[in-house]
Amino acid sequence: MYTEKVMDIFRKPCNIGEIKDADGVGKIGNPTCGDIMELYIKVGKNKDGEEIIKDIKVKTFGCVAAIATSSILTEMVKGKTLKEARKIGKDDIAKELGGLPPQKLHCSVLAHSALLKAIEDYEKKK
Amino acid sequence: MKIYLDNGATTKVDDEVVKAVTKYFTAEYGNSSSIHQVGRAAKEALENSREIIAKSLNAEPEEIIFTSGGTESNNLAIKGIAFANKEKGNHIIITKVEHDCVLNACRWLETQGFKITYLDVDKEGFIDLEQLKSSINNKTILVSVIHGNNEIGTINDLEAIGKICKENKVLFHTDACQSFTKTEIDVKKQNLDLATINAHKIHGPKGVGALYIKKYTKIIPLFHGGGQEFNKRSGTVNVSGIVGFAKAVELANKADIEKMEKLRDKLINQVLKEISHTMLNGPRKKRLCNNVDISFEFIEGESLLMRLDDQGIEVSTGSACSSKSLEPSHVLLAIGLKHETAHGTLRMTLSKYTTEKEIDKTIKVLKEEVAALRVMSPLVKD
Repeated sequence: MYTEKVMDIFRKPCNIGEIKDADGVGKIGNPTCGDIMELYIKVGKNKDGEEIIKDIKVKTFGCVAAIATSSILTEMVKGKTLKEARKIGKDDIAKELGGLPPQKLHCSVLAHSALLKAIEDYEKKK
Repeated sequence: MKIYLDNGATTKVDDEVVKAVTKYFTAEYGNSSSIHQVGRAAKEALENSREIIAKSLNAEPEEIIFTSGGTESNNLAIKGIAFANKEKGNHIIITKVEHDCVLNACRWLETQGFKITYLDVDKEGFIDLEQLKSSINNKTILVSVIHGNNEIGTINDLEAIGKICKENKVLFHTDACQSFTKTEIDVKKQNLDLATINAHKIHGPKGVGALYIKKYTKIIPLFHGGGQEFNKRSGTVNVSGIVGFAKAVELANKADIEKMEKLRDKLINQVLKEISHTMLNGPRKKRLCNNVDISFEFIEGESLLMRLDDQGIEVSTGSACSSKSLEPSHVLLAIGLKHETAHGTLRMTLSKYTTEKEIDKTIKVLKEEVAALRVMSPLVKD
């Protein structure tokens, strides 16, 4: 039901945890469907002066797909500019994982929304 | 070492059963409806098996109809009784915690003009006898209540329910797939008119079940054909499977039940003691001897299942994510669990082959894996 890549990431997820002095936090979830994510970002600047995601951490309550999507997303955007990060779509996440079962595609939507919310939160606070 | 704790889903076929079955594949392969020697041998094996199974329920042999399993037996009982009695009434009473095959057969009957009452259960999964009594009306034709609940292990009091059905002259069916050979079923004492049982939950083969139908009960068959099984279930009889079913019934014994109960209680007690924020679903007593169903707060069942699977421990979840729908188990919601708690629920079901060593290992691994998932959980606040 899951690809080997999904299972590998699920077994050893990256960037798990919180950032205490995060610049932006995105909380999203729905206990009814069984997934809750909290995503924390720290924003810095690259040598061109563009804003980048310097650090990112995530906490996930959810199934294998929820844990794998939130983990791979943190890897996909870490070090990227906010502009680049915003461009990553939910389909890109599923693609990066080698696909997800259809009933689990909502997990990638969730991870994607958590990231957008964290960026939004950062920009509101700025 | 592989540890199989999903015996509520299915069981390993006993070696003795395999031996018994094999003979009827290769040597005595006849059709039990044929009148030559090999046919007669098959017929004899069929009728011997029928006797063994009838005896285990305190029923008469001609009251046992062999089917393809629990789903067919439940469908035959519910639809067969509904259509045989539609002149009398169109009301059927079941519970909110039935197996999907009972629930969905009834939902379909609703589209055919039948009215269904879905009885509530309390937080341990028991029905309320007063609600049952007050739900019966002059249109009620059938009451169907699951005996041992497949998810949370609750064993309903068939005798008390049977008494109410008898007093009110309505037929009484039970789905006893999980409880058969594990706790007493006595169709006379419990006033049962119909009872569903099957083989693969008791170390028998898959694809074989039976429906006990009390003598003189009118029922419309699901299948029409050669008139096998007293005209109630046409189709060439699965003799080898039935022989295996009977052998599995003969092998069931009290010592195995007591062993399972002991290990079940150890698993429950140790998990609740050693892992915080855990809760047993279903009752302590009047519980299936092999059922453990525990909710782990702050984590999700499928993730825990897969981490246990990586360690060779095979269990199941009451979680949505185990199935195609995203809704948590209807049983867990019916006993009042919150959605997120229902999502964090594991079912571990033992068998006669489960050892104490396996239970000890399971407790140890559970502790580690629950802790690992809780580190990731946003619901845990430090």
